[in-house]
Amino acid sequence: MANLTINGKTFTLDVEPDTPLLWAIRENAGLTGTKYGCGIAQCGACTVHMDGVATRSCGISVAEAEGKKITTIEGLASGDALHKVQKAWIAQDVPQCGYCQSGMIMAVAALLSEKPKPTDADIDEAITNICRCGTFQQVREAIHTIASA
Amino acid sequence: MNKHVSPKMNRRAFVIGTAAVGAGLAIGLDLPFGGPAAARAADGTPEVNAWVVIKPDDTVVIRIARSEMGQGTLTGLAQLVAEELECDWSKVTTEYPTPGQSVARKRVWGDFSTGGSRGIRSSHDYVRKGGATARVMLIEAAANEWKVPASECTVAKGVITHKASGKTTTYGKVAEAAAKLTPPADVKLKDPKDWTIAGKGLLRLDTADKTTGTMIYGIDLKLPGMLNAAIKDCPVFGGKLKSYDEAKITGMKGVKKVVKVGDSAVAVVADTWWHAKSALDALPIVWDEGENAKVTSESIAKWLAEGLDDAQPAYVGNKNGDVKAAIAGAAKKVEAVYSYPYQNHATMEPMNATAIYTADKCEVWCGTQNGEAAFAATLEASGLPADKCDVHKVMLGGGFGRRGQTDYVRQAVLIAKEMPGTPIKLLWSREEDMAHGRYHPITQCKMTGAFDANNNLVALHYRLSGQSILFSLRPEALQNGMDPAAFQGVAQSGEAAIGYSVPNLLVEHAMRNPHVPPGFWRGVNVNHNAIYMECFMDELAQAAGQDPLEFRRKLMGNHPKHLAVLNAVAEKIGWTTPAPKGVYRGIAQVMGYGSYVAGAAEISVSDGNKIKVLRIVASTDPGYVVNPAQVERQIAGSFVYGLSALFYGGCTVKDGKIEQTNFDTYNSMRINEMPKVESVMVPSGGFWGGVGEPTIGVAAPAVLNAYFAATGKRIRSIPLRDQNITFA
Repeated sequence: MANLTINGKTFTLDVEPDTPLLWAIRENAGLTGTKYGCGIAQCGACTVHMDGVATRSCGISVAEAEGKKITTIEGLASGDALHKVQKAWIAQDVPQCGYCQSGMIMAVAALLSEKPKPTDADIDEAITNICRCGTFQQVREAIHTIASA
Repeated sequence: MNKHVSPKMNRRAFVIGTAAVGAGLAIGLDLPFGGPAAARAADGTPEVNAWVVIKPDDTVVIRIARSEMGQGTLTGLAQLVAEELECDWSKVTTEYPTPGQSVARKRVWGDFSTGGSRGIRSSHDYVRKGGATARVMLIEAAANEWKVPASECTVAKGVITHKASGKTTTYGKVAEAAAKLTPPADVKLKDPKDWTIAGKGLLRLDTADKTTGTMIYGIDLKLPGMLNAAIKDCPVFGGKLKSYDEAKITGMKGVKKVVKVGDSAVAVVADTWWHAKSALDALPIVWDEGENAKVTSESIAKWLAEGLDDAQPAYVGNKNGDVKAAIAGAAKKVEAVYSYPYQNHATMEPMNATAIYTADKCEVWCGTQNGEAAFAATLEASGLPADKCDVHKVMLGGGFGRRGQTDYVRQAVLIAKEMPGTPIKLLWSREEDMAHGRYHPITQCKMTGAFDANNNLVALHYRLSGQSILFSLRPEALQNGMDPAAFQGVAQSGEAAIGYSVPNLLVEHAMRNPHVPPGFWRGVNVNHNAIYMECFMDELAQAAGQDPLEFRRKLMGNHPKHLAVLNAVAEKIGWTTPAPKGVYRGIAQVMGYGSYVAGAAEISVSDGNKIKVLRIVASTDPGYVVNPAQVERQIAGSFVYGLSALFYGGCTVKDGKIEQTNFDTYNSMRINEMPKVESVMVPSGGFWGGVGEPTIGVAAPAVLNAYFAATGKRIRSIPLRDQNITFA
């Protein structure tokens, strides 16, 4: 059993402590917006916020996540009001297949909360998610649009 | 049918749709293949025809048979239907008919296959007719109600007007009556120059759910009572499952069953996938790897190299003049050998499918590029007839050709068959996905060019050796043994024709098929043919002491469309003005999927092996552009896929197995490596070419040619990873 705080809610989950946070979120908490891509913290599809920091949830165990404040893509909006990154993603048609975008959006949201006006170099350093469709150009443009708003 | 939502809705809609077939309330559209009257929409609204349902509140539901996997086809096809329908775009939604429904209606929705950049180009005609037919019927229904001639009525944004009487109504109010009318025998389609919805860079219809985590991909499906399965197939292709020690994992948490899948794989079924995967990793498995376990990348390369020898048999794909005589009598000749490796599609979402099997029904939910192929696999694996099976398509987490295959569907059904009544979601691990791809085919190419005393190219011998995709996947498409698709980009004519005229030309293919299974991989045979031809063109230009662009132009007089896109990129990159210091340029062109494309790159190179792609320009003439914003994204995306392949994409074989296991050994480009992509669209009209794939072909040769300009070094084998060349 583990107690996890996800999107402001406490979940008491029947999982072993070494279960990767990703699978506890997806299968036990039932929040499937966070995606599995590689399982070895390479691709970033599983990115969530842990105490506000972008974290690859496939590489973190449930035990390590206990007591932390976890935010998934489902918890990024405030009620009905979408987060500015989500709004920009819609306005600028960023996603293609969209599978990596939950993780991409979480990584970008974390970057912008730390650096509201990131340079291209900041983006290059912070956003290391894989997108096989190749949406990088739209991702970069959308980040700059948000930053200049 | 459903709007890409929950499987529960899917099932309900299917039941309703089936029931409505008997009611005969809707009319069938006699396009493209005809078919009986059929289904209502999920909420009971009658369809105006197979492509169009209009609800009383004027919501327009457009049926899409092809699959959306990020390429924007769903939106583009909806634009084409809406254009002819003259409806209000802001009220348009879409839904997928199921392959089972289509088969029951004599394939009223035509081909479901979404590959070969064909989504729009091979269905634009009948989907537009679907929209136009519905428009005529809706106007006629209003005219009947008003007792005026239909010819006196006009429509704009779904509002029908009879000017003389001042009467107006909306599509939603007359849809029920329109559904009972006889469709017109013929309709006239708009001239694309009059388009107001198609041809515009409208926003996609499927974006919002992709930003909130609510879009359902196959991996996200939840059905009541569902269990999860993890699978391992024999890592040596062609090998078999010998035995496994089930006792070692019985009692592990959540494990429900261990299932032998076919003769080569074993799956563990558990309450969660994490439990299934953990137990599978702990399961001792003995494989019968067979003869293929002796195969290595080196043994494949040696076998392919032997095929480059003229003494070996080969199929002739394109020929004029007498190449061998011309080469023998030439003043100068140039020769080079190139190679291209296996590559995995590496879709972000690993392969998966969910199935329920009972003695009289089998249903599958999955992301697939070919609903009908998945349906056929379901029939075959379940052993049930077509009227007892169906496939429900969900959003694909990437396709790139991989999800045109149905191996994962077959596996899911076979596992579900062992547990009747229980929904089973089969998910591959990334490692399984890397080990069991349908890889970009492996080839080598020996090219010989010959010049006369005035440095005119008089002969070109282009000899491919290597794998045929059609031999493996569609042997019925072979022509007396020859794979015509092997010549994509260097063919004599057709949708992938060569852009050069050489007095003596011989293009041939020594087909050699190693045991590693090939597949259609975004760009397919264009990828290697464009590298071979376009890099060798650069070598020939160098040998002739001519500018690479000018050298090409002289050979392209008979190929004005190829030349036009080449000129367009040359102008955009500023080919005739000197590049800034330390910046080097490369250029390339090819034709594929009915479209003419060219690319030009500007790069810098540091330490001799670190490449920074500063700019990359693409030009495409696909005939017509249905959504320029999406075409732009496809060009940029194809360059990311193509440059990832150039720098990182190589799958090697050891002991008959693929060595790469995950993104740590099979890398993909990140945002810091992404060049600025500039697109030039020059649609010339009169034909319909593809968009998703063609431009991928020019990314790699443009960069390789620029690398030569920078370093004087020719790279004839990719990925660059293996040449110790990286992104800066």
